[in-house]
Amino acid sequence: MLRKLFKFHGGVKPQTNKEHSTTAPIAPVPLPDRLVIPLHQSVGGHPRPLVQPGDSVFKGQRIGAADGNLSSAVHASTSGIVRDVLPAVMPHTSGLTTLSVVIEPDGNDRWGELDRINVRAATPDELRDYLRDAGVVGLGGAVFPSHLKLKPGKEGSLDTLVINGAECEPFITCDDMLMRERATDMLKGISAMRHMLQAREVLIGIEDNKPEALSAVQAAITASGEKGIEAIAIPTRYPAGGAKQLIRVLTGIEVPHGRRSTDFGVQCFNVGTAYSIHEALEHGRPLVSRLVTVAGNVNAPRNYEVLIGTPMDHVVRLAGARPDTDRYIMGGPMMGVRMPAFDVPVVKATNCILVGSPALFPPPPPEMPCIRCGECAKACPADLAPFEMYWFSRARNFGKTQEYHLFDCIECGCCSFVCPSHIPLVDYFRFSKSEIWAREREKEAADTARERFEFKNLRQEREKQEKAEKLAAKAAATREKVAGEAAAPGAAPAAAKPTGDDAKRALIEAAMEKARQQKAQVAPKNVDVTSPDVQAEMAAIDARRRAAEHSTEAPPPAGQA
Amino acid sequence: MINSPYIRKPASVQSVMLQVLLALVPGIAAYVWFFGAGILVQLAIASAAALAGEAAMLAIRGKPKALFLTDLSAIVTAWLIALTFPPIAPWWLTVTGTLLAVVIVKQLYGGLGQNPFNPAMAAFCLMIVAYPALMSQWPAAGQLDFKTQLDLIFGGARQVDAITGATPLDALRTALRSAASADSELHGLRASQLMDGPAFGAVGGKGGEWVALGYLLGGLWLVQRRIITWHIPAAFCGALFLTAGLLWSVRPDGFASPIFHLASGGAMLGAFFILTDPVSGATTARGKLLFAAGAAVLTYVIRAFGAYPDGIAFATLLMNILVPIIDMKTQAPVFGHKKD
Repeated sequence: MLRKLFKFHGGVKPQTNKEHSTTAPIAPVPLPDRLVIPLHQSVGGHPRPLVQPGDSVFKGQRIGAADGNLSSAVHASTSGIVRDVLPAVMPHTSGLTTLSVVIEPDGNDRWGELDRINVRAATPDELRDYLRDAGVVGLGGAVFPSHLKLKPGKEGSLDTLVINGAECEPFITCDDMLMRERATDMLKGISAMRHMLQAREVLIGIEDNKPEALSAVQAAITASGEKGIEAIAIPTRYPAGGAKQLIRVLTGIEVPHGRRSTDFGVQCFNVGTAYSIHEALEHGRPLVSRLVTVAGNVNAPRNYEVLIGTPMDHVVRLAGARPDTDRYIMGGPMMGVRMPAFDVPVVKATNCILVGSPALFPPPPPEMPCIRCGECAKACPADLAPFEMYWFSRARNFGKTQEYHLFDCIECGCCSFVCPSHIPLVDYFRFSKSEIWAREREKEAADTARERFEFKNLRQEREKQEKAEKLAAKAAATREKVAGEAAAPGAAPAAAKPTGDDAKRALIEAAMEKARQQKAQVAPKNVDVTSPDVQAEMAAIDARRRAAEHSTEAPPPAGQA
Repeated sequence: MINSPYIRKPASVQSVMLQVLLALVPGIAAYVWFFGAGILVQLAIASAAALAGEAAMLAIRGKPKALFLTDLSAIVTAWLIALTFPPIAPWWLTVTGTLLAVVIVKQLYGGLGQNPFNPAMAAFCLMIVAYPALMSQWPAAGQLDFKTQLDLIFGGARQVDAITGATPLDALRTALRSAASADSELHGLRASQLMDGPAFGAVGGKGGEWVALGYLLGGLWLVQRRIITWHIPAAFCGALFLTAGLLWSVRPDGFASPIFHLASGGAMLGAFFILTDPVSGATTARGKLLFAAGAAVLTYVIRAFGAYPDGIAFATLLMNILVPIIDMKTQAPVFGHKKD
């Protein structure tokens, strides 16, 4: 049966460069001298460290506990000794640090007692908590905690579970190799997810430039005998692997920015996530490693199974970086992030270490003015008008950028890719977004300060009043006493308790409650769910703004000469 | 610091402009074939003036000269000026027009990408208002040899009235007006009879219709190359055809046929090369349709009821004024916000 596929607007067709890293099977990586495992590796709260320097840990031992439900646990990737718990440089362009656990491997790579779960007997809530504590997050790059997405919508069931095997970014092939080599286990993970979501059907979308992966998955489906699950070849067009674009292609549904896809009866997971869910539920193994493509300026591009926390250069050495290497990029050439150093750790978001050189990724030609040719709008998969947002970003007219749907921008890079004027459009949009975040947080801070100030005024006012009342009462008592002494020496001073302590406490609590409510109301919508990347970006912009306060000139937009 | 994406499509402003220039070649070839090589001299004069004006302004504004002089945008403006001005216009008329376009309409507004008005059309309007006679003298096809053309372009004395006439559009309108008045020798003649004269070809002006065909071919190539989209040419031609067709079907003896309108004057040049200027034109799909249809109606009104040889230039400028509001009001719904 031929399924009707849908189109998304725009998109581009860059050279895929995938053939070199798919010739050899997935390879293991020898243990490095030390692992640096950042505690914050997912969207949401920073996990609390559970170990101290000197502790010995097993492979798979939880070293960071999820902070609340919007968070995910972190585990020791191998057995060894905790040498340090300290802020270390994270794999982000900003070069900022994040609290990390440094483990010296003992060489045994020994699993500890694994915390198993009976999948059939457990309730959905128990399964979700289990996956949270197993550190399972989206491995497509967004690292959103998977347990939060494994809830069916309001009806208690889901129409379509979309599995993302599109892998549209050039150079990256880790999903391709996973599907070729581990399709059966991946499929078991998908079945578990399907069960948790009560999904009617499962559609696995794979770009048609991966025929081997497609046939491997189709063979595994046939072998499993499961019904209502289908692997579908979709046209190769970047960014077909964007969750929204893939959902659109497979189901025709467009999930708007800020809405949950489950409201539309759809949920989407990456193939790697499905595999790690299987590992966790079937074998009790938490997420301690992932597949990483090493490609670009290396002699032998290949996929590796890499322990989380392994320094990137330790992995790249195996593939043989060429001498003119000048950078590592985490991710692909369209959306990847430049690393601040060669020895930053591999994290759960690291799908690819793209080794760069000036020859492979030459600096863009000089930026020319926008001629409004509209190529960017033609290429935009979110149907935006990038050139309009560019004018407003340049003019720092951030209100207007939002009117033109700045926050619907998925930063896929198509606009920059096609621009004949070589304008780094996405940089302008990242700049505008970070400025808006910074302003919202400044506003939030100002609101908090104002509330504190108002509360202080209220308290001082009340204290003054109480003092006056006390004085008045004292004076009255004295007067009474004087009068009493004069009239009847035996009478007790009865009216000496003007305002009760209970009433005072109630008043304070009411005021504090009001302040809390006000604070909750002004929480800005653009900062609710942010990945570590975005948070680092926000921290970076804060630093820049602080620096800018000392100079007279405002900082130029990113990417401007 | 360079951020993602780290790869780019090999595209540049220069290559866009170069393809526009290439697309003009078939029309220019037909022009040379029917009207003589004088137009090549005009193209050279305009190009030189445009580069000189651009270089001077870039120097004054402290902008990188090599980068902007080689983007070919000034050459496109220059060629459009040369192709819309009379081929026997004196050299200084072409130079003045080109300098006005490049220096005032383009560079004073901020250079490449910043001009709200189409520079070539602004120059055309300014010059036709300032020099109506010189801007209205067009030779008929095959009428003048190259030497005479050179004399007219560079020579001092001009007694051209004897050898040149109005454009076919102008001629037909004048004739139609005469035919309508009782004391004219043309009284009672129909448009089809009026078009039997030597200035007219099969469907448009003699020779001019072939030039228009050349522009059409070049323009279709631009659409195929995805340099321009179909919206503006289609809406312009469609709206011009409908407007002209409406009046023509009501009074065929009083108005020229829609085919004549499409094949004459600057209709094809306007549809594919002038209104499609991205800088001064509308950018959204619906906006482009509105923009071009508006320009077509205005062009027709000016042609049929105005006093100028053609209406494209004024129609373009008038619609340029409306571009900001057209673009603002025609933004397409974004992903996830469409009404199915």
